[in-house]
Amino acid sequence: MLKKLTALAALPLAASLWSAAALAQSKEPVTIGAIEILTGPNNKYGIAIKNGFDLALESVNKNGGVLGGRPLAITYEDSAGNKDQAINAARQLIGRSKVPLILGPTLSNEMFAAGPVANERKIPIVGTSTTANGITAIGPYVFRTSLPEADVVPVTLKTAQQKLGIKKVAVMYGNDDAFTKSAYDVMKAALEKLGIETLTTETFGGKDTDFSAQLTKIKGLNPDAIVVSALVEAGSGILLGKKALGFPEKVRVIGGNGLNAPKVMEIAGDAANGTLVGSPWFIGKADPASQKFVEAYKAKYNMDPDQFAAQAYDTLFIVAAAINAAGAAEPEKIKDALGKVKYTGVMGPFSFTENRDPAETSGVVVIEMRDGGFKQFN
Amino acid sequence: MLAQQLVNGIISGATYALFALGFTLMFGVLNVINLTYGVYFSTGALIALYATRNFAFPILLALPLAAVATGLIAVVIDGLLLTPLRRKKAPELASLMVTLGATLLLYSLMTAFIGTDIQRFPPAAIDSSAIEIGGVRVSRSQILIVGTAFAMVALLLALMRGTRLGLAIRALAENPDAARLMGVDVTLVTFFVSFVSGTLGAAAGILIGLNYNAIQPYMGEVMMLKGFAVIIIGGLGDIRGALIAGLILGLLEGLTAGYVASSLKDAVGFLLLVLTLWFRPVGLFGRAAVKRA
Repeated sequence: MLKKLTALAALPLAASLWSAAALAQSKEPVTIGAIEILTGPNNKYGIAIKNGFDLALESVNKNGGVLGGRPLAITYEDSAGNKDQAINAARQLIGRSKVPLILGPTLSNEMFAAGPVANERKIPIVGTSTTANGITAIGPYVFRTSLPEADVVPVTLKTAQQKLGIKKVAVMYGNDDAFTKSAYDVMKAALEKLGIETLTTETFGGKDTDFSAQLTKIKGLNPDAIVVSALVEAGSGILLGKKALGFPEKVRVIGGNGLNAPKVMEIAGDAANGTLVGSPWFIGKADPASQKFVEAYKAKYNMDPDQFAAQAYDTLFIVAAAINAAGAAEPEKIKDALGKVKYTGVMGPFSFTENRDPAETSGVVVIEMRDGGFKQFN
Repeated sequence: MLAQQLVNGIISGATYALFALGFTLMFGVLNVINLTYGVYFSTGALIALYATRNFAFPILLALPLAAVATGLIAVVIDGLLLTPLRRKKAPELASLMVTLGATLLLYSLMTAFIGTDIQRFPPAAIDSSAIEIGGVRVSRSQILIVGTAFAMVALLLALMRGTRLGLAIRALAENPDAARLMGVDVTLVTFFVSFVSGTLGAAAGILIGLNYNAIQPYMGEVMMLKGFAVIIIGGLGDIRGALIAGLILGLLEGLTAGYVASSLKDAVGFLLLVLTLWFRPVGLFGRAAVKRA
């Protein structure tokens, strides 16, 4: 059997402080499963997610647990980032631990492996970090709480349009990479929908370092902003090239998720100033619930939470609310209740679409690069 | 805009030329296919990066130091891998396979030590301010690249045509056996050529790394394809040809991206390569280019 951890161990401490929790402890716990990457090279994602779950779990149980006083518990299984191990973990949780719901797995390709197993056994499975296309198309028992890229980029562009009055842009994208190409498709559709004029669309190769020809052409067209779909390397090169060609300060680069990385500022230095990217969550988000979460997380784990921890934190409350609404720890009832949950957490307001994807994008934060750090823009 | 595009083209052309100089020398003189050249480009940039970042060397000191160190590495690699092959008069395919393997090994080693992340020179390493004349902007590092490319060509031509060593190198390029019979120390001249081409490769890597601020182990690999195109268009072993072919390629790429379509930019170089092989297989300026060194 794999490494098994149960968060129930944290309960007695809470119980001594809260009578509600004391009540919760006396009843049989409701145990749900979670499959995350807890060991191996990608375990920082899984650990952040587990930390988010555990922090939320503490709070749920402190406030009386679920189903009228039963404590909530999570049985963790380690996928180690391996698809086969994720499938085994799902079988284990469903067959032996008889959990009514599974959280995770961490990666989209693990979900493509473990999701069908849960769906076939009619156990709801909720991904908190799976952003690839087609996750929820696996079946009616597969949910996700993480916003796909296609939902984030339009918010970034809309914010730029409203706050900066952007009317005409130039677009640049890497045409030799599936990720940057698909983000470009999303950008193109969003620009059309917002009625922003595209003056020119330029391409480059992901390994290019010289963008001066494209940028010189763009400069001649005098756009309000440059919309860029690139990974860190090429994106930083574009920012440096833009500075070298002496673009006016007000012409910003608006990027996709590929540019949402501190590494861009490390490479491009002050050439990155003003660059806008969208993010489902941001540690400096000016929101009291979010700030409270950051403080609690830092106090408990002695490190900064990331987007994955925040998404996991909210997800556990959403799942607890669904269990309560279902009125019983039964998979079918929880599945129906999940579809109806309305919850406002650190990521902002949340509900599921009828296709079990996140319905709300108002929690998306647009952030700006400024002197080596991110700052909230919207 | 046209003026800026032409300047862009000259600058990127000069980077191609700078890269191709050592490459064409290696091919034209040593009569082996040596794929490790891209490694010297990366190695030079990485050594200079460490010297400036970890030991606070000024770039003007780090540049020659890293270039010379890389030249010595090139001599060692040539001595270990290619000298035995030359002695056995192995076919060219053997040197291709040996250096291909060595290239993979060296890139993997560099990656293992420093990772594949892009690194940059400390911002203070070079003055990145630009000069603007009539709406055309050029940065200091770009002027340095163009200046170095022309200076290197002049120096190499002076070495080849004006010195006894140059004569020995040209004799070696013509026919190694005849050169040996005429009293040329073939091993020593071979090492010297390896050293010069490694040094040139490293200098190119440092200057180009400074300009684009993107240094990582595989940067040489990316330049190799363009480098091949340039030395074939210019003629194998033709120093002046490498400069002119580099500039032509840079200008055509810039104009294509600026006035036709940026997606066709990379196609231009290879179209030019195919046309050259078709109509002038000895290169644009070649008579029998291999022998001209």
